[in-house]
This record gives sequence, C-alpha cells and structure tokens, in this order.
Amino acid sequence: MTLLSLQGLTKAYPGVVANDDVSFDIKKGEIHALLGENGAGKSTLVKTIYGLVNPDAGVMWLENNIFAPAEPRAARAAGVAMVFQHFSLFDALNVAENIALGMESPPPLREVAERVRAVSDQYGLPLDPDRTVGDLSAGERQRVEIIRCLLQDPKLLIMDEPTSVLTPQEVDILFQTLRKLSAEGTSILYISHKLEEIRALCERATVLRMGKVVGGCDPRETSARDMAELMVGSALQVPEKPEKPFGDVALTLAKLSAPAPHQFGTALRDISLSVRRGEILGIGGVAGNGQDELVASLSGEMKVAREMVQMGSEPVGHLPPNARRARGLCAAPEERNGHAAAPDMTLIENALLTGNTRKKLSLRGFVKWDSARDFADEVITQFDVRTPGATSTARSLSGGNLQKFVIGREIMQNPDILVINQPTWGVDAAAAAAIRQAILDLAAGGAAVIVISQDLDELMEISDRFAALNEGRLSDPRPARGLTIEEIGLMLGGAHDLEVAHVDA
Amino acid sequence: MDLSSINPILLLASLMVAATPILLAAIGELVVERAGVLNLGVEGMMITGAVCGFVVAVGTGSPWLGFGGAAIGGALLALLFGILTQYLLSNQVATGLALTLFGLGLSALIGQGYIGIKAPSFPDWHIPLLGDIPVIGPIVFQHDPMVYVGLILVAAIWWFLNKTQGGLVLRAVGENHDAAHALGYKVIRVRLLAIMFGGACAGLGGAYLSLVRVPQWTEGMTAGAGWIALAIVVFAGWKPWRLLLGAYLFGGVTVLQLNLQAAGLAIPVEYLSMSPYIATIVVLVIMSSGRAPGSLSRIFHASR
Repeated sequence: MTLLSLQGLTKAYPGVVANDDVSFDIKKGEIHALLGENGAGKSTLVKTIYGLVNPDAGVMWLENNIFAPAEPRAARAAGVAMVFQHFSLFDALNVAENIALGMESPPPLREVAERVRAVSDQYGLPLDPDRTVGDLSAGERQRVEIIRCLLQDPKLLIMDEPTSVLTPQEVDILFQTLRKLSAEGTSILYISHKLEEIRALCERATVLRMGKVVGGCDPRETSARDMAELMVGSALQVPEKPEKPFGDVALTLAKLSAPAPHQFGTALRDISLSVRRGEILGIGGVAGNGQDELVASLSGEMKVAREMVQMGSEPVGHLPPNARRARGLCAAPEERNGHAAAPDMTLIENALLTGNTRKKLSLRGFVKWDSARDFADEVITQFDVRTPGATSTARSLSGGNLQKFVIGREIMQNPDILVINQPTWGVDAAAAAAIRQAILDLAAGGAAVIVISQDLDELMEISDRFAALNEGRLSDPRPARGLTIEEIGLMLGGAHDLEVAHVDA
Repeated sequence: MDLSSINPILLLASLMVAATPILLAAIGELVVERAGVLNLGVEGMMITGAVCGFVVAVGTGSPWLGFGGAAIGGALLALLFGILTQYLLSNQVATGLALTLFGLGLSALIGQGYIGIKAPSFPDWHIPLLGDIPVIGPIVFQHDPMVYVGLILVAAIWWFLNKTQGGLVLRAVGENHDAAHALGYKVIRVRLLAIMFGGACAGLGGAYLSLVRVPQWTEGMTAGAGWIALAIVVFAGWKPWRLLLGAYLFGGVTVLQLNLQAAGLAIPVEYLSMSPYIATIVVLVIMSSGRAPGSLSRIFHASR
C-alpha cells in the first residue's frame, strides 16, 4: 500500500535545476533510503515534502489525497515529521520548551514534560525534559528531535543524515527504534551517505543524481560499491596506501591538558601521544568531545604549557600559529567557512592568510600579490578546485571545492606535520577520494599527519594507528589494521546511557 | 553642606519617577532583543515619542491621548527600522544609529512651534487606603498613572516571555532564527511586531519626559536616556526583573546626586552628574551573568 507518491516534482533555482521530474513511491511502513551526492537535490526534495519549498511542477499524493503543504505546519498536520541534518534546536531553551515549539497548539509545559517522559521510556530514549539543550551531547540532542517527531504520531518520518554524530552503539539503538516504528506502520524516508548503514536498515532505495532519479535498488542485495557508482555515475577510485617504514618522532604531546575555552566547550585531559614521520594517526570520536580544542592546541590558536606540545625535541606549546607554521606545523580546522577560510575574501587572500609564513608571500610588511596569486593558482590546479578563478570569494565555492582548496593550501606548504579536522565532512565521494589520496601522498613523502574525523570508515581507510577522543581524553592509539567496529565503538565510549526500545515488553 | 535638607521619603518617591522613562524604553528594547533584533535607535524613538506626545497632548488637552500619540509615533519610526532591516536586510547597527540621528532631527522639526509651551497637567493618583499608609504611602502609592503602567508592563513582559506560547515563539526566533523558520514560524512577522512594540515603549518613555518629568518640549531633551536604556538591557542579562532593578538604581542615583548638588556637596558637579551612569553599570556588570539571544543582530534570510 502506498503512503506517499511523488509525481514529476520539479524545482528550479536561478542557474540550477534542483529537482527535475522526480517520481517515486513510499509504501506504508517502509524504510526507504534516498541516496545522492551533495547537490543531487535530496535536501530540496525533502523540503518540498515538508512544506518548506513549493515545487514549480508536479504533484504529491498522500494516502490518495492531493498533498500540497504550503508550510511545515500543514505538513505536520497531515502526518509528516522531520529530523533535520543540522539540528533545529534552541540551545538556550530546555528540552520541554524545544519540543513544545514543534507541536501544534502545545499543552502547558508540565504536560509536555510528562509526555516526553512517557514516549522516551516507551522507545528507550532516556531524556530529562528540564535540561537545557545547550548542555546535551549530540546523541541526546538527536533524541530531542526524534521525540519531538514521535509526539506527533507521524505517518511519515523523514531523517536527514541522522547518524553522522552518533557512536556505532548509538546507531544500533537508533536503528532498533526505527525498525520498531516501521513495524508499527510508520514509513521512514532515510537520507544518508553511509551506504553500509543503508544496507543494514533500508528495504528500498531511490538514487538521485543532478536532480534526477537515476535508479532504484534493494540495498540489502546491492553492494555499497555499486550504490556509490550509481550515485556518482562513474567508477570510483579507491585511494591507494603505499607501504613504507616510519621515520623519527615528529610530534609529541606530553600530558596535554587545557580548560574548556568557553561555556559549551570541552576540557582536554592528560593527552599523550607521538606521531612519527610518514605515519597517519587517525583520531575518532563523536563531535563535541574535544576535537576543536585539540586542533586549537596543536595549531597554536590555544596556547598551552611549553612542554605539552613538542616538535621533534623542541617545546612549542607556548608558540602562536605562525611560529609553529615556520617550524613546519600546519593545520586545517573543521569549519571551512569562517575558520579555515574567510568567506568573503578571495582565494588569493585566503591563500595568503596561512601561506604567508612558509611561502614568503610578503616582504617587510608589503604583500607580494603576484606570488600570492601564483600560490593560489598552484593550489587550484594541483587539487582540481572547480572555480572561475583565484579572485572568486571562498563563499562562492561549493563545500567540496573549498575543502579541496583549504587542504591543498596546507599541503602545498610542504609541512612536516599536518593536522586536519574532518577532512571530508559534507564533501562528495569523488572529492573525498581525492582529498584522502592527497593526505596519503603527503605522509608517503615523509610528513607526520593527524586526521581527526567522525567518519570511521574514512579513518580505517587511511590511518596507520587509531585512537579515540572521549570527553577530552584520548585512548591509547592502536594499529588500525584489524580493528573491528565493536572494538572502535568501545574505544569511543560506547553508547551513552542508552537502552533498547521495549515497546512490546 | 547640609545633608539634613534631603528628605529620604521625597528622595525615594522621586526615584520611581526618575526611573520610569528609562524603564519604559528598556523593557521595550528587551522584547526586541529577545526576538533577535538589535535596535540602537532607542534614543531616536524616545525623542520622537516625546515630541509626538507633547503635540497631541497640547492639541487635545489630554495627557492620556498624548501618551497614545507618543506610542504610535515611536512605533511608526520603529516600523521604518523594521522594514529596512527585515525586508531590505540592512545592517542593524548602522540602521539603528541612523534612526537615532533621524529621530533627533525629525523631532526638532515637529516641535518647532511648541518650544516654551507648558504641557497639560497629569495629576498624581492618590491611591485610596494604600496611599494613606505613613512612609510607604507617599513613596509608592502617590504617583502619576504612568509609573504604575511601567511596573505592570515589566510584570506582563515577564509573564508573556516565560509563561505563554507566544513568548516561547518569540524567544525561539531570537535564539535560532533558522531553526524557528524550519519549524514553520514566521520569523519576520514576529520580529516586526516586537520592533513596533519596542518603538511604542520607547515613545511612552520619551513622552513621560516631555509630559510629566520636565514637563515641556526642548530639543534633544532625552539627553542620552535611550542609550542608558540600551545598556541596562544588556547588563540586566535580558531579564525583566533585573532590568527593573537597573532602572531604579539609575533613577535613585540620579535623584540622589541632584539632591547632593542642591545640598552643596564639595565635589565638582561633573563627577556627581556622571555618577548614575557609573553606579548602574558597575552594579549590573558585577551581577551580570546573562547570555545574549543566539541570533541577536544577525540578518535573517529564508534561503540561507
């Protein structure tokens, strides 16, 4: 039985057709995957179903009635609920207030709190309605979103990249909740780029490419590689990892500790590690466990005691970023727009901002614009950054292209030590493969590399050793080869106080 | 110096009067900022309210109609700010500063024929029974009605923000406008209403100066009251009851230093004149622990 039927949905924005004649059906009680690269039109499509975008053409049928929600309110009233990719929560408000905001004519807050307790108990998603959302972990924040949806008794639940911030154990429990919902007759539209998860969870998949439906498949019987190639439209190149012995120790952290830099930050506690030349150390962990703080203390944005960070045998913990760059330590932080690059400045200016020290792009305080432009052009050519030219602003680049530029800019400075946070977050598969290959090549050339990522598949693919960051503490690094997902999950701290749904208990 | 000439009962009574214009303007701005908009044009809206209120009150002979006119005048000027910042996406800081300059000029223009005229009188209430209580009666219960309007407004705003669905939506819009939009709330509509409410309150505050406190029209008569209202909102941590405390503190030190000046205290007058600003800011800084609304002064556009 069909719950939602999409027929010929088309939506064009100036310069790009986001959805082009998209048609497919979602059955009642089905877990349906929506696959596609960044920019394939997945977001526009789900926003259309949720009433945030009005299509230019095409119709939707919900249970054999025309369904054209003018706004999210109408979609919710019809039984469509959505968990957003970037959580749509209000940090300063408490859990019950956040949930009340997502309801039609909410009852008094005390009643909302009671219903939250009831539903969270029923589905095994423990949550205290009185806590302030800003203090919750990423997994807990997602529970707020899910419970907000469940309180509406939805017929269709849309989930946009729900697992990107969860540990493997938390993912397991989320999946059990979703299967339970599906067994109760709720349909789920599941968006993700983690193909193994889709193979484990979903019964049908629809693949979008450049706004068009290019095919469908049964994920349980299709390999991840085949699905990836359907998404990309061409054969994928898997990064190659050369075998080479490691050199001397290039970077040592000795009992690195630092207080939380701001209210919602994480303190670093007693982190010790060493990385050798030619080695890639992968650091996994759920966001908000000290990744940003670790990168800041390595790059020099956050100063720590002298001896806590050592390059070779030289203590550099007290040195600012440019002094560390001069000694050969470069870093690429996570947030592309606003941290790794200044969004409204040109690529030339952005190249100059970190490249000045090592590439000598200025002389006695005067900028050598020709050299800066050459450097930017070099990065653009070497790393295949798709842009009209080096005078474009960073903001005008797509996420993947800006990421290639940011990482390329650091690699082209020939660092001895490179620290990268989330190298391929929100980057499409082809660009991600190129970035990983560049990291491998840099290490093969004799640099020590630290890659911090939440994508465990990525870390397993490129790292030599793996360590996990949990509440500001780092586990002992272990050789990456041969680690199982269960062992990694335990290193990441396991599931935070989660239990399995007990609906049928 | 003769400190015995200072009557503590009169001092405390005039404290409430001195605090009222700032309180009215600040409580309006608090609502605006909780909705995520920074309107630096409070001073301009206040003085526009002062002149509109004066003109209407003189024209009709009714101070009540005067306050009504002041609220409308302030709200209209705020609407201009709202259209510029919410629909035309202009920068809130620059627009607010321009609004202050515009309001000062506009009010001088409107008020040209009204200099030297006296406003119709606005008698104090003598609240029966309560007003007869010794000491407390003259301090708290023998004021003009606008003093109580200000107090009721603070209580009402606290109740609205913390106890009603509308207040929750307003706080949500100020905290994270993208999320509020994704949930289907009308960010721009909520903000426009908040901005107009803030303008109306600032107008009332201004009219209180021209109709009760002074009561005359002179150019530039707000003399920085709008700026201190803005500062009090921030240092009060965007909380209504602290804002009341800040306004009363400012009003209290203002009347105290005036009394000290009259008593001939051997300190240069300039130091006494700056004391209310310093005292208010120092106290509120010491106890401040507030957190600014997450979307404060950020431009909202549905496509981003």
